[in-house]
Amino acid sequence: MLKTLRQIAAIGIISEPPPQADESLRVRELLQEHILRVLGRALCIRHIDAGSCNGCELEIQALNNPIYNLEGLGIRFVASPRHADLLLVTGPVSKHMEAAVHSTYEATPDPKLVVALGDCGCTGGIFGENYASRGRVSNVIPVDVAVPGCPPNPTRILQGILAALSRHAIRTGA
Amino acid sequence: MPLRHWYARGTVHAGAPGVRAVTVTREEWRRVAADVAGAGGRLLSLWAGSAGHDGRPVHAVFLGGGGGLVVKLPMVPGEPPCPGIDDLFPAASRMQRAVTDLSGVCFTAADTRPWLSHAAWPPDFHPLSDAPPVADSVAPVTAPYEFVRVEGDGVHEIAVGPVHAGTIEPGHFRFSVVGEKVLRLEARLGYVHKGIEQRFTQLPILEGHRLAARVSGDSAVAFSWAYCQALEGIAATQLPPRAAWLRALYLEQERVANHLGDLGALGNDAGFAFGLAQFSRLKEQLLRMNQEVFGERYLLGAVVPGGTRLDLTPSGAVLLHETLTELDCEVLRLRTIYDEHAGVRDRFSGAGTVDAKLARRLGLDGLPGRASGQSYDLRVDLPCEPYGQLSPMKIVRAEGDVAARVALRFDELRESFRLMHRLLTELPDGSHQCAVRVPPETAVGAGLIEGWRGPVWVLLEAGHAGTIRRCHPHDPSWNNWPALEYAVMDNIVPDFPLINKSFNLSYSGHDL
Repeated sequence: MLKTLRQIAAIGIISEPPPQADESLRVRELLQEHILRVLGRALCIRHIDAGSCNGCELEIQALNNPIYNLEGLGIRFVASPRHADLLLVTGPVSKHMEAAVHSTYEATPDPKLVVALGDCGCTGGIFGENYASRGRVSNVIPVDVAVPGCPPNPTRILQGILAALSRHAIRTGA
Repeated sequence: MPLRHWYARGTVHAGAPGVRAVTVTREEWRRVAADVAGAGGRLLSLWAGSAGHDGRPVHAVFLGGGGGLVVKLPMVPGEPPCPGIDDLFPAASRMQRAVTDLSGVCFTAADTRPWLSHAAWPPDFHPLSDAPPVADSVAPVTAPYEFVRVEGDGVHEIAVGPVHAGTIEPGHFRFSVVGEKVLRLEARLGYVHKGIEQRFTQLPILEGHRLAARVSGDSAVAFSWAYCQALEGIAATQLPPRAAWLRALYLEQERVANHLGDLGALGNDAGFAFGLAQFSRLKEQLLRMNQEVFGERYLLGAVVPGGTRLDLTPSGAVLLHETLTELDCEVLRLRTIYDEHAGVRDRFSGAGTVDAKLARRLGLDGLPGRASGQSYDLRVDLPCEPYGQLSPMKIVRAEGDVAARVALRFDELRESFRLMHRLLTELPDGSHQCAVRVPPETAVGAGLIEGWRGPVWVLLEAGHAGTIRRCHPHDPSWNNWPALEYAVMDNIVPDFPLINKSFNLSYSGHDL
């Protein structure tokens, strides 16, 4: 126990300040101002791997490390889409996941935001569309923000999430 | 017939060292498998090759007897089904079902349910054999699947997935439980099947490494190296020594990154959030160093045909040295904390046990295999350049529980740090890249690399004018998923996430 406490004290708080929202990532204006006021900055995210290679998942997991400290910003990952405000979708959507992606989208209460993550989520990436893949996420469900990268680093992901939330975007969309 | 006769009959396979290829008749197909099993060898992968004058041949690659043996069985259309080998190697069952789904070759086997096909495309369409169907897919549904039912007083089922509660890949698990005790687990995979093998045939052969790196993003170096090894084997490329050493440096880095991530997640799954905070901090430190030294956090583009994308600069080497030394000390300190924590020890010890006898029977391979007394590590058993010069230490434990898989990761981290220091100190001078010419049509190369999960296999057939005729990547998760179902028996349902994480098998690498 003493060693654990000593380690905690020695490392201290190492969280870094969050990046600014990147408005260029926004692809669809949807939410109204009052919705944002309700959501504020306490955001619940449900992640869906719709066919990813697992690269994007590694960077999403990194968001929870003490350096990016996502929970410190009031943003957390939840276990059910019914508790979520935002769906973070990775991968080209495989045809085998299409039904699950639809069900998850339907189970998420309105108003909801969708962030497509990674080159595959944005365009289908190297896998593209074929007998087993529907390609980009927006081929299957409406997407608000698309974050490219293979995989996008945690800062980019965070910028995308913040863009989906940003007041400025809401005002222009209202 | 002793195994060495089959090796003697075969010819040297291009690509990975120590691999030979032999073509057999229908009668010999099961005999060679039985001889491998009798000699204590193991099945690595099974697939159908490209269509040619000998129909659509079925291939298996076995490891044992001091090498790798690719066995090819020509299949003439209209012949009866291929004899299954799932009674000799249980892991063959799902591989055979996948071959039937994707290539249309049938097997005589106990289980012939579809595996990778969930009815999202017509049942008579075999993506690796046929031209795409004119009409688009049927409705976005997945067909009902016949799970094995467990019946009895108080038995009920828990269905989990494909969308899981955490940030992990999708798959479906069907638990049959009494109270909180698991009687049986059956996995259904294939949800992230995205047509990788077909996609390979649409890429130029000199570009295929990019897709190989994305078969399973956490094993990018292992797969892209295996692909390049196969390609360079058939393109008669003389890889510069510096390139091979840099690749080994990347491969060990990938092992370290994944082990750090897993050790944190395992602590968290045992209720020790401190572990996740600490290990994810160390992993982030490693990834940031990667960005600085290798130009990317995850080395998806680092291995290219003929060498590596970037060279290592002297200042990069210094930073690597320093970071590794620091990480080594930190990991040692955290290991003491894990070892001395009674609650963590209680959750790890005895959970999800696969004993050595069962592991051998199931063909458990790679990291979980070594934690269950299966002494296999390609870096030692069948080393490619530069591992033969590094004398890596093979780490094996006997207990086969979560604690053993945790301890193995700690030990392998230390060994990888040692190897990386050595690779940095003795890195040969010279070029890190050479030109690769387009290999001749129909040439077949093999890649075999010990990734962090276990042996990664790539079989590459060159097509006309720089195209790919067929590429089959194989992740060791194929061999280990069935064992997970045994590991959770008699454990309690809440321990499943911990046991599952201790294996940390790939979905994408399996589903292709």
